[in-house]
Parts: sequence; structure tokens; C-alpha cells
Amino acid sequence: MVTASRMALSEIPDFQMYEIGMPALIKSFLLSMLLLTSLTAGAFTLEEFTFDSPEQQAEFRELISKLRCLVCQNESLAGSKAELAQDLRNEVYKMMRAGQSQEEILDFLTTRYGDFVLYSPPLKPSTYILWFGPFVLIGIGAAFMVRALLRKKSAPDAELSDDDRLRLKDMLADRDGKANQS
Amino acid sequence: MIPELGHAALILALVIAVVQASFPLVGSLAGNGAGTGIGNRPWMAMARPLAYGQFTFLIIAFACLVQAFLASDFSVLYVAQHSNTLLPKPYKVSAVWGGHEGSLLLWVLVMAAWGAAVAAFSKNLPLEVVARVISVLGMIAIGFLLFMLFTSNPFERHFPMPPEGRDLNPLLQDFGLAIHPPMLYMGYVGFSVAFAFAIAALIGGRLDAAWARWSRPWTTVAWVFLTIGIALGSWWAYYELGWGGWWFWDPVENASLMPWLVGTALIHSLAVTEKRGAFKSWTLLLAIFAFSLSLLGTFLVRSGVLTSVHAFATDPERGLFILIFLCIVIGGSLALYAWRAPKVSEGGRFDLVSRESALLGNNLLFVAFTVLVLFGTLAPLIYEAFGWGKISVGFPWFNMMFLALAPFLAILLGIGPAARWKHDDPGRLIKTLWIAFALSVVVLAISALPVFSGGHFWVPIGVALGAWLLFSHATIVRDRLKNKRGFDGWIADLRGNGRSFYGMVTAHMGVAVFIVGVTMVSNFQVEEDVRMSPGDSHELAGYRFEFLGAEKAPGPNYMADRGHFKVYDGDKQITELYPEKRSYLGGGMPMTEAAIDAGLFRDIYISLGEHVGDGDWALRLYYKPYVRWIWLGAILMALGGILAVSDPRYRTARSRSTAPVGGIAARA
Repeated sequence: MVTASRMALSEIPDFQMYEIGMPALIKSFLLSMLLLTSLTAGAFTLEEFTFDSPEQQAEFRELISKLRCLVCQNESLAGSKAELAQDLRNEVYKMMRAGQSQEEILDFLTTRYGDFVLYSPPLKPSTYILWFGPFVLIGIGAAFMVRALLRKKSAPDAELSDDDRLRLKDMLADRDGKANQS
Repeated sequence: MIPELGHAALILALVIAVVQASFPLVGSLAGNGAGTGIGNRPWMAMARPLAYGQFTFLIIAFACLVQAFLASDFSVLYVAQHSNTLLPKPYKVSAVWGGHEGSLLLWVLVMAAWGAAVAAFSKNLPLEVVARVISVLGMIAIGFLLFMLFTSNPFERHFPMPPEGRDLNPLLQDFGLAIHPPMLYMGYVGFSVAFAFAIAALIGGRLDAAWARWSRPWTTVAWVFLTIGIALGSWWAYYELGWGGWWFWDPVENASLMPWLVGTALIHSLAVTEKRGAFKSWTLLLAIFAFSLSLLGTFLVRSGVLTSVHAFATDPERGLFILIFLCIVIGGSLALYAWRAPKVSEGGRFDLVSRESALLGNNLLFVAFTVLVLFGTLAPLIYEAFGWGKISVGFPWFNMMFLALAPFLAILLGIGPAARWKHDDPGRLIKTLWIAFALSVVVLAISALPVFSGGHFWVPIGVALGAWLLFSHATIVRDRLKNKRGFDGWIADLRGNGRSFYGMVTAHMGVAVFIVGVTMVSNFQVEEDVRMSPGDSHELAGYRFEFLGAEKAPGPNYMADRGHFKVYDGDKQITELYPEKRSYLGGGMPMTEAAIDAGLFRDIYISLGEHVGDGDWALRLYYKPYVRWIWLGAILMALGGILAVSDPRYRTARSRSTAPVGGIAARA
């Protein structure tokens, strides 16, 4: 949800359309359009939802936090103020009240809006890379590490070059010199 | 006139950068210069004055921009876009880096400051090393200055001059966000120094413990800044955005986290290179990647590519420039690496059970974290670009991936510092740590009781890992204090351990505090959306919130609705809170200003939502246990870094002849 605002952290969107002298009406219209699409953060709307139990409320909250507000930069339904987000929250709420399970609700939303609406991509062949790729990479990394460790174990001790030895002596002498002074 | 002066200063800075990038480097290679200190001394000696000159002209440019903001000179396009006559003065200054052009100027200024610092505090370094480091910094400066002058000039004028500017984004009108970017940039850009040292070493062909020792304090200082910068951003998000979260795995957050993760790996790897001469080429690679990821982060944030692959096309000039720059920097440095690294001797034999192995494990895990973040951040772009459908990768994915690896890191972190360099006996290690381990298991068992864990799976694990770090480090410190006998001996031991040792312990305790904080707040926070009328009370997590009503409260450039709350613990009133909702005159969405009663063990947090009629307000109430520990942990990590850098070891002069002026290398 943060994102528009997070964007702001390091880059406020540049309003290229901003032109001085543009009639105020058009300007404010354009601005509000821009703001709606790119700056919908830093505020939230709360509808009044009532629940039978705290568990149900927690479930609802968890559900909407895992769903993406489709028109926002990177905000969850839980945090967004956009109109579409409000509609979707209402929809999720109604479905929940109608006794539908989390899975049914998520299925309904993904058929309607695609996987994009889910912050946690579903596990299916096209997302295998996403879910398993990192572990394969880490496995490869670990294999390299083990190889490096085994090689290190049998590696000869580092030999200092004469030049290194000279400089080392210089450094140590200097440190001792300093230590004696203090 | 003043903006033109600033523009001219930028151009002069570019000219200096060109000289800085060429002469000292060529001088250091002239004759048989490589590593022997021969070479063209006058050319090399130009490095320091050039670094100072670069810094001076960028200060002038920056001051000119600040002046344009303070004077509300709206004929400067950038000022008109980001400031307003009503904007309070401190925010007029921070508005300088509130947008794209100004943040770039801040970036190059910070880099020039690092360059000047290297010039000033490197009296004990061989001249050819200083010359090369400053030359490499000059090359990077050329890239950024060209980028600014050709695509993002902050001094661009436009006429006719508008009577009033657009306001600074209200989200940025905040203390936390005013100082967040400079801190972050100090860190980002600081890695350019580590990078420059690595490149200088590759150019010179001499990679040894001395190189690691010179580069280490600079890297640690950059890391400290980055740590503070990220923590500030997280803290700001927590109190300013009104949803009570401290991290969302947003691409922009990830862009700053990646250099930090590699930087953390780097400072540990540098330790091995300095002390044992091992991991040399690996350390070089990490230094290259830490800075490359800083640049990549800039590219991701600046190009607009994050929003969508297609957004890249809306401003292709800037995006393309950064992309080409990125390719030159990363490609060039990797090519240099590929050419030179095979010649690096990989000294330093060590056994499977040794400090080196543990640190290698640390490096593997941190690189794995980085790969995860990079992968998760780029995955939606990759999917979109290849037509595999639009997906979102958000906190559920990141949390799962991080939680899968983090426990290994925490366990290793308790063992590593106890292990000896080169070779350790597993039996000895077990003998040292078994008490700490047993105590942690006890903590695990107790915190797993439903009374304490509330049935949450991760609570006992997080708490036990925090305890494990505490106990193991306590053991390590104790072992370091029993070499000599008696109280005097104890004091002598206490002093005998270097500051870098205490720095390490402090930073690692920061990790423990952070782990506990994250665990507690993630599992035990309570939040509720409520509608309240004036006079209503609502109970949450044992606290009673009394709403006394809301009233209009005008600010300098906004109008606020300010709610008034009294919070009771039982019958005792513990605090009064005033959450606000502000509408800025410059327009835009209303902002929430959460009211927070902060405490070491819990925050009480109220966020004002909508006015729903008749003096009734929609509100969001939070109880956030241990949330402060997250930032406290980051502060401890940063403190640890500062302690380590202050170790006199880094101030050992190179040779007797220069000893009197040595001594400041690490004080930057």
C-alpha cells in the first residue's frame, strides 16, 4: 500500500503535464487524475464492517491485506483509498458474510482479475521458477561453497612474497613504535 | 542569475571530473608505476586538489539550488514543481532533494564529499593508491554529471514565471523524510569508495591484506549510513503512512535493501581478507556488486521501470542513459575483474571448522538474500516482458523466503564469532557453546508454552534465536576476559580487546534485538477499525481509548482535522493523543498523521480515518508490542559499525616516515 508514498521517498513522480498558464480547471482536473492514479497513499478509508467474531475480523483483514489494489502503484486492498479498492473490499466482505471460504473468494477474484490481484502468486507451472528458482540458485551457491571449503582445506599455506614480508615488517614496526610511545 | 551560477558550477565540476578521472590514473601507471610507487608523481599529486575542487564546485551548485528554493524563484522549473511560498522553511531546504533532479544533485554532492574525505584522510596510503581511487570516483562523477546536465538539469528555467509553485509532496513534509534521503545516499554512494578501492586494487594488481585494511573503515562507514538510512525510511513509513507497517517489500524499499545485504556480506568478507588474506577475489567481487546494486537501485527507481515495463518508455531518455551507464560500470568492472582476478593468489588455508568457514556461510546467506530480493523485485517485470502474464510478488512471498533462511543465519551467527581462525576443534567449540545452547533450548521450551506464544509457531523460534545470540555472545565476551588474573587483569583484558571486537558484539546484539522485535510485533500486534462518536470509549489490548471529538486545526500550508483521545490503562490515564488528518492547500490526497504513544515494550497508535457524519469518525487503533526493537536493533548495528571503525588499528601508519600524519584514516 505504501508504494505511491514509497515512490515519493526517492522520486516524486514528475508531473510532466504540469504547464504554467494552463486554465486552472484543466490543471486541477489533470492533477486530480494524476493524483488518483499515482499518489493514492498516505491515507486510508474505512468502511464500517461488522463481524460476528474477532476471528472473522482478523480473517477479513488478512484476506484484504493479501490482495492488490489494481489501480494503485503497489498497495494492498487493506491500505488503499481508491474507489475500486473500496468496491472490492465491500465485495470481499459480502462474500465472506455469505459464508464463502477464503479459497472461494480468492478463486473468484483471480478469475475476474488474473493472478495480478494476488500478492502471493499461486503455485502453478508458470510460477515454478518463482517459487523454486531461488532454492535452486541457493543450492548451486552452497555447492560452490562446499567445493571452495574442501579445496581450502587442502590448499598450501599462503606464502608471503619478500615484498609483502618487508611491508608487513614495516607496519608491525610502526605499530610497536606507536605502542611504545603511548 | 544565481541558478546560472549553479549551472556553471555543475559544468565546471564536470570538467574537473574529467581531469580527475584521467590524469592521476595515467600518472599512477606511467613508467613502471604499478604498485611500486614510481610513476608520474606530479600527475598523481593532482588527485587530492582535484577531489577538493570537485567538492567545492558541487557545494556551490547545491547552495545555488538551496538559495533558489529559499527565495522561491519559480522561474526555475524544478523549484516551481517542488516548492511553494507557504512551505515552511526547513521543508524548503529538504525540498531540494524532494524530486528527481535535486536528488541527483545531492547524489553527486555526497559522492564528491566522499572523494574529498578520501583525499583528506588518506595521508598514510601510498600516493598511487589515492590517485587511482580518486580517479575511479571521478569516472563515476562524469557519468552522473553528464546525466544531470543532459537529461535532468535542476537549474532549468521556464518563462513566464508562474506566480506560485506547486507544493512539495505532502508526504515529504516531514522530519523523517527530510533526513532519510541524505542518509541513504551517504550509504549508497559510500559504497562507491569501496568500489573505487577494489578497482584501484585491480588496476594496480596488488591485492593483499593492506588493501582490505584501507578499504574496510570506508566500507563500514558507508554501511552504517545505509543502515541508518533504511531504518529511517522504515520508521517514517510506520508513523507517516497510517497503516502501522514498517516494511512492505516495495521495490523502492528493496532497491535500498539489496546494497545493504551485499554490503553486509562485504564487511564480513573484508574481515577475512584483512586478517587471513583469504577470499581476496570474492571480496573484490562483493565490492563491485555492492556499488553496482546501488546503481541498479537508482536505475529501478529513476527509470519508472518498476511501475511497469511500459512506463520505461514514457521517459526513455533518462532510463536509457542510466541503463547504458550501468552497463559500462558493471561490465567494465567485471571485465577488469575477469582479467586481473585469476592472478590473485588465494592464500590462507583453513579447515572446515574455522571462523573462515562460518564467514563464508554468512556470505552465502547474505548473497542468497540479495538474490531473493532481486529476483522477487524483478520477477513481475520478467513475467510481463516475456508475456507470461501479469503477477504480483508481495510480502507473502518475501516473508516466506526470508523466514526459510533467516534461522540458519541466526544459528550460524551464534557460532561464528566463537570459532577460531584457520582451524578449530569441533569438540572445543561445543565445550564453549553448550551452555549457551542449553539455555536457548530452555528459552525455546518456555516460550513455546501457550501462555507465552499464544499458539504462534514463530514466537518461540524468534525469541529462542534472539536468546541464542545473547547467550553465545555473552560466552564469547566472557572467554575474552579471563586471560589475566584478578580484577586488574580483568580490566586489562577489557581494554585489551579492540574496539572492533566490541563493535562486532554490539552489532550482533542489534540483530538479536531486531529478531525479537520483528517476531513479537508480527505475531502479537492488535489492530481494529472502529467508528466512534465523541464521548465513546473503545477497548483494545487492555487499553481503553476515549474519543473526545475532533476539531479543525489550521497549519502553515494545510488544514487539519485533529482528533483528541485519552488512553487509559485500567483507571489510570496514560496519555493523550492527537491524530490528524491534513488537507494540504497545494492539493492532493489528505494525509494522515498518526498519533503514537511510543514505549520500549509497546506502541499505542491511532490513525484518523474518515469523518462519517455527526462528529463520528472512522478510526484505526493499533497496539504494537516491541515495535521499537526493530529500529533499536538497527541503531545497535550502526553503533557497532561506528565502534569498529573507531578502532585505532585502522590508524596504523604505513611507514615510520609518515607516522605523524597518519592516524586519521578511519576518523571519517
